[in-house]
Amino acid sequence: MAAAATTEQDQTIVIRPPKGFAGLGLTDLWRFRELLLFLTWRDIKVRYKQTLLGAAWAILQPFLTMIVFTVVINKIGRVHTPIPYPLFALSTLALWYYFSNSVSLTSASLVGSSALITKVYFPRISVVLSPILASLVDFCLAFCLVLGTMAYYGFAPPVHALLVPLFVVLAGLMALGLGLVLSALNVSYRDIRYAVPFVLQLWLFASPVGYPGSAIPEKYKLLYTLNPMTGVVEGYRWALLGTDHVRPLHLGISLGTAFVLLLGGALYFSRAERSFADVV
Amino acid sequence: MSSELAIEAHGLGKRYLLGERGRSPLRRNREELWALRDVELQIERGNAVGVVGHNGAGKTTLLKILSRITAPSTGEARIKGHVGSLLEVGTGFHPELSGRDNVYLNGAILGMRRREIKAKFDEIVAFAEVERFIDTPVKRYSSGMYVRLAFAVAAHLEPDILIVDEVLAVGDASFQRKCLGKMGEVSHEGRTVVFVSHNMAAVRSLTSKAIWLDHGRVAADGPTGDVVSEYLASTIDEEVSGVVDLRENASRGTVRKFTADRVRFTSVSLLDPDDRPALAFGEGSPLRVDLRFDVREPVRFLELYVRVKSIEGQRLFASYAGQVESTIYPGRYRSICEIPENPLRPGRYVIELVARAADPEDIVPTAVVFAVEAGHLEEENLRYATRADGLIRVRSTWTGFERDDSPAGALEREPRLVGP
Repeated sequence: MAAAATTEQDQTIVIRPPKGFAGLGLTDLWRFRELLLFLTWRDIKVRYKQTLLGAAWAILQPFLTMIVFTVVINKIGRVHTPIPYPLFALSTLALWYYFSNSVSLTSASLVGSSALITKVYFPRISVVLSPILASLVDFCLAFCLVLGTMAYYGFAPPVHALLVPLFVVLAGLMALGLGLVLSALNVSYRDIRYAVPFVLQLWLFASPVGYPGSAIPEKYKLLYTLNPMTGVVEGYRWALLGTDHVRPLHLGISLGTAFVLLLGGALYFSRAERSFADVV
Repeated sequence: MSSELAIEAHGLGKRYLLGERGRSPLRRNREELWALRDVELQIERGNAVGVVGHNGAGKTTLLKILSRITAPSTGEARIKGHVGSLLEVGTGFHPELSGRDNVYLNGAILGMRRREIKAKFDEIVAFAEVERFIDTPVKRYSSGMYVRLAFAVAAHLEPDILIVDEVLAVGDASFQRKCLGKMGEVSHEGRTVVFVSHNMAAVRSLTSKAIWLDHGRVAADGPTGDVVSEYLASTIDEEVSGVVDLRENASRGTVRKFTADRVRFTSVSLLDPDDRPALAFGEGSPLRVDLRFDVREPVRFLELYVRVKSIEGQRLFASYAGQVESTIYPGRYRSICEIPENPLRPGRYVIELVARAADPEDIVPTAVVFAVEAGHLEEENLRYATRADGLIRVRSTWTGFERDDSPAGALEREPRLVGP
């Protein structure tokens, strides 16, 4: 926080009123790396405490949504896919839930940790990072279901399925960029709490999660292209199932947006960070 | 020893804007409040420093700035060494997690390494006395167990500089003593400690220097004894009439701990030998406490106590009226407690009133503050011992002031008076 110059030798910390960009405190984040791991471990351990179904929720969310999608989009909407629709939808829903859970958990993270923030010093960014890391566990569980479904349909993944982790990381970075901005905004303006779930819901339908990009009518193509999640979802499905193409434009927009979000998020977060303890 | 500074601050200030945030982000002319203003600090390595002051004087704000929780608005502070801050007991405890998990989590939050926690784990659990429940979620703990475990983790923190806010005000009396002991150890190990407390006895016993903050500014800075006395002198207004009205929580300090539904003190005064209310008494003069109280419902086994405390809150002695076995019916009552010869050294003292009938009915911790003034006592040894030697005076006699020429071995035959 503030201007904190530390050297390992005599460790003199200088505390001053904040001026300009003070950095994200990445050196501090490294020094407190064990705390980040503990927070992540706490998030994982606590998430499904005192629930009947426990970690099964990580699988049920995408699974039940897939059933709804199969009925509404595939059967009623008559959108057809080159591979069995349940597999098509389930695979991307797993990724989508990783992204959307990460965004909603991170945006609430700072306010949720207000007891910590007002009582202890630690790099604030670790609270934002831990839900993104913890949600990876949910993703892995859901991904097992995807692999099981693949086996059920006798579908062999292509060789470039090895690239899947790259797209998962891209989704995580996008969520982090958004999370930095939203969590900091949420400290001052609790409107975020109401807006985020709603926007995420709309975003799910605007992204090619339950339908292929080819199903988009011509007049909505521009909007479709500008959606930063389009490139992530298409790329992921290409890697895992080999159905879509990776369109450089879409992927470029995704990468660019993730970069801008991370940079802007970091700047905004580091500015807002100084007053968290006073405002939250 | 070396006068190396562990903490140094110049012109430290913190400004808060008053009013609700979020309504109109464009309105800029909100009222401002300086919680801390132009604070200068120099704390040498290895010193234990107390911070005293009224509520809202900026004590916690200062600690928050020094522990980097919030940034100052002006000035600069330099801190040399690893800081561990303890502004609250049990920060980051998660109710769903077991005691074991919370020890690790809380330790990490306070800045301990996993290795460190692992090494001290058994010690922490033993200190907290929760061995049997260590794998139970802490939400099932009693509040005492919860606090003990939380303090135990914090007590095993080993930073160069320890910053502690009013955390000793938790837990039961015996655990508080244990915590004070632990804190004493820490301050004697040569670590730098900054300690905020309203418990002046704790500040006196744990720290050698103190800072008195008043409305965000440093009002005094120096040896603990001087600063604490100066601060205490400022906190107690002189009562004018000598009769303290206890019906409402009108006068300062008549905060009740119990509802006082059945028995309630209504007023208290101290009477001088001429039966007039007074607030200053000569050393050794009689002290009479005139109590008035209302009984609102019939009570049996009523007990009344008058406790005399030092200004730091240390109980010196009590006078107990004895249990009234018959039923006392509703009405207004008066009772006088007489101490024929008060044993107090010159200084200021506090009277605490207690009414109890099986359960505590009414306790007024600071019913009245009075002074004992130096008088003319006959015995030499009473006259010459100072307040620093103790607050209570007792009669004693000394005999002999001669050379002892007996051989050293003679001591082995002593003491003659002991034994059957």
